[in-house]
Amino acid sequence: MSEHPHTGLLLSLLAVFAPLSLVTIGGGQSAIADINRQVVDVHQWMSQAQFVDAFAISRMAPGPGSLLVTLIGWQVAGFWGAVVATLAIFGPTTFLIYAVAHVWARDGGAHWKRSLERGLRPVAAGMILAATYVLLQAIDGGWLARAMAFASTAVLLFTKVNPLLLIGAGVAVFVGLHAISLA
Amino acid sequence: MSKPETPPTPSCSQLFWIFTRIALTSFGGGLSGWLLREFVQNRKWMTQEEFLNGLSISQALPGVNVKNMAVWIGYRLLGWRGAIIGFVGIIVPPAVVIVLLGTAFSSLSRYPLTHVALTGAAAAAVGLSLSMGITAARAVPRNAISITIMAGTFVAVAILHWPLFWVVLAAGCVSVSHAYVRGNR
Repeated sequence: MSEHPHTGLLLSLLAVFAPLSLVTIGGGQSAIADINRQVVDVHQWMSQAQFVDAFAISRMAPGPGSLLVTLIGWQVAGFWGAVVATLAIFGPTTFLIYAVAHVWARDGGAHWKRSLERGLRPVAAGMILAATYVLLQAIDGGWLARAMAFASTAVLLFTKVNPLLLIGAGVAVFVGLHAISLA
Repeated sequence: MSKPETPPTPSCSQLFWIFTRIALTSFGGGLSGWLLREFVQNRKWMTQEEFLNGLSISQALPGVNVKNMAVWIGYRLLGWRGAIIGFVGIIVPPAVVIVLLGTAFSSLSRYPLTHVALTGAAAAAVGLSLSMGITAARAVPRNAISITIMAGTFVAVAILHWPLFWVVLAAGCVSVSHAYVRGNR
C-alpha cells in the first residue's frame, strides 16, 4: 500500500483512461495499443518491460481484459490509483449502456427497434467469430490447443456440462502431456 | 418477455453471486458465453432472443462487451439495482484478483507448469467463445445480405484488422437500413 498519492497523478490517470473508455468498441483490445503509448511514452509511468508484464498478467487473470488498466493504476498510484483507473475505463460507457437499456425497456415493438435488433445481429455474430479466430491464432500450444478448443466447442454445443469442468479438463490434459514429455 | 414456465426473478444476492462467479472463473475471454449459459440455457431467466439483442447492442456500443452485457442483463432482471449489481459483480472481484496476481506473479512465474496449465485453460475457454459465435450465427436472418454482412464483418476484423469502430459503424448502418427497408417479417 502506498501513502497518499498525488491528486495530480490521480487526475492524469482519469484524463488518460476516461477518453479511452469511449473508443473500446468490440472489447478492450482495440484500446491496448493506445494505452501502451500513453503509459510508457507520453507519461512514462512504466517502462515498456513493466507494461508487457502487466499485459501478460491481465491475459492470465480472470475477468475482462481491460482490468489491465486497474493493474496499471495500482502500480502507478496504489489503491486510489487502481480505483480511479477502474472507474475511468469502465464508468463512462456504463452510463451509456444503462441509458440505452432504459430507453429500450420502455416501448415494445417499434419498427426502428426491431430493425436495429435484426440489423445488428449479423454484425455481432461476425465480431464474435472474429474474436474467436484471433484468440485461436494467439493461443500457444499449436494443434493440441486448437483440437482442445474445437472439442470443447462441440461439448458445449451438444451438452449442458459446466464449462468449469471443461476448463479443468483442459488444464489436466496439458499438464498431463507436459509430464509425459518430460518423463 | 413472459413465458408461462419462466421462474421468478432472481434476488439481488443471487444475481451478484452469479456475476461474481462468472467473472472469477472465466479465463481467456469468452465471458459472454458463460452469461448465455447461465442466464438463458440453465436458469431460463431470459429468452435467447432477448439475450442476443442485448449482446448485439453491447457490442455495438463502446465499452467492454461483458460489462455492458452484465449491466444490460442486470437492468432487464432487476432494474437499476440489477444494473449496479451487474457492474460491481463483473468488475470488482476480478479487479481485486488482478492486483493480487500482479503482486504475487514474480513468485508464480518461476514454475514453467504455470504457463502450461494456463494454456490448457485458455484453449478450453476458446470453445466458449466459438460456441457462442455459432449460436449467434444461427440467429442471423437467413438472407444473402445479412449473411454477407456477417462474413464481411468477420473478414474485416479478423483478417484485415480494420479499426473496429469504423467496421461496426459501416456494417451496422448497412445492416440496420436493410432490416428497416425489408420490414419485420
